[in-house]
Amino acid sequence: MSKIKFGIVVFPGSNCDADAYNAIINDMQQEAVYLWHKETSLQNSDVIILPGGFSYGDYLRTGAIAKFSSIMNEVIRFAKSGGTVLGICNGFQILLETGLLPGAMLRNTSLQFSCKFVHLKVENTNTRFSSTCSHNEILKIPIAHGEGNYYTDTATLQELEEHQQILFRYCDSHGEVNEESNPNGSLLNIAGIINKEGNILGMMPHPERTTNEELGSTDGKKIFLSLIET
Amino acid sequence: MFKVEVIVTLRTSILDPQGKTVEHAMHSLRMNTINNVRVGKVFHCTINTSSYDEAKKSVEEACKKVFTNPVMEDYSYKIEKM
Repeated sequence: MSKIKFGIVVFPGSNCDADAYNAIINDMQQEAVYLWHKETSLQNSDVIILPGGFSYGDYLRTGAIAKFSSIMNEVIRFAKSGGTVLGICNGFQILLETGLLPGAMLRNTSLQFSCKFVHLKVENTNTRFSSTCSHNEILKIPIAHGEGNYYTDTATLQELEEHQQILFRYCDSHGEVNEESNPNGSLLNIAGIINKEGNILGMMPHPERTTNEELGSTDGKKIFLSLIET
Repeated sequence: MFKVEVIVTLRTSILDPQGKTVEHAMHSLRMNTINNVRVGKVFHCTINTSSYDEAKKSVEEACKKVFTNPVMEDYSYKIEKM
């Protein structure tokens, strides 16, 4: 099988780019290139990753300045023509700011930066990001964010549910989706959503931090494996 | 030339955890008459034009495209001739 090429966008302030690169190269045995924010070519990448971190110091709003960078014009064009884009944490926030995904991120209700393992329920396995998961499978993947409190209006929320765009919800280790298992106040315990077409995923948890036994879980591998096998 | 002040706040329908925390802190200082605290942002800028209508148009555009995320924030502004 030929290797999949992952393009990892690097903004000033990104800090999970190297983790993503390492996960792709060493644990997933695929190809990866860094794409500096000033570049205007995606270098024929098959999948674009917008990594976690604090692009542009989170100035203005999280992910707000990144959307004006040169590389994002290309990412938006790529995404709109059906290209696969995975936004992780700050990458998810950028996808919301660019409008590639609906909604916005508010401060965690606790007002605290939350860095811990959480459990996610996989609610749709019929996507290129989750095809190797089983329905309602529980993944153990860490979060690390201060603004992961997903918000949108009621109509959009309804649409997300209708079109099965809610891919991951925060749950407990038994799969219970409730207030106690919600780490940030997200509406409907939303941890990750896809667009209607299914080629863009934004998620707050970090799958690139769980691709190796030594990291405490290998559940993140399933997301990358789904992309590789699709 | 115009001087502009833009105030951005979370939409009133959205719970503002920062505002709530500040409010609780004030209540613990016995400032009990102060309620409904909301935390926002202020932007100051100047606009280089002689036309008020043009200045207003620029502010509106800046508010919609940059200063706010319309999904979660509202804005108001004051424009003053310098």
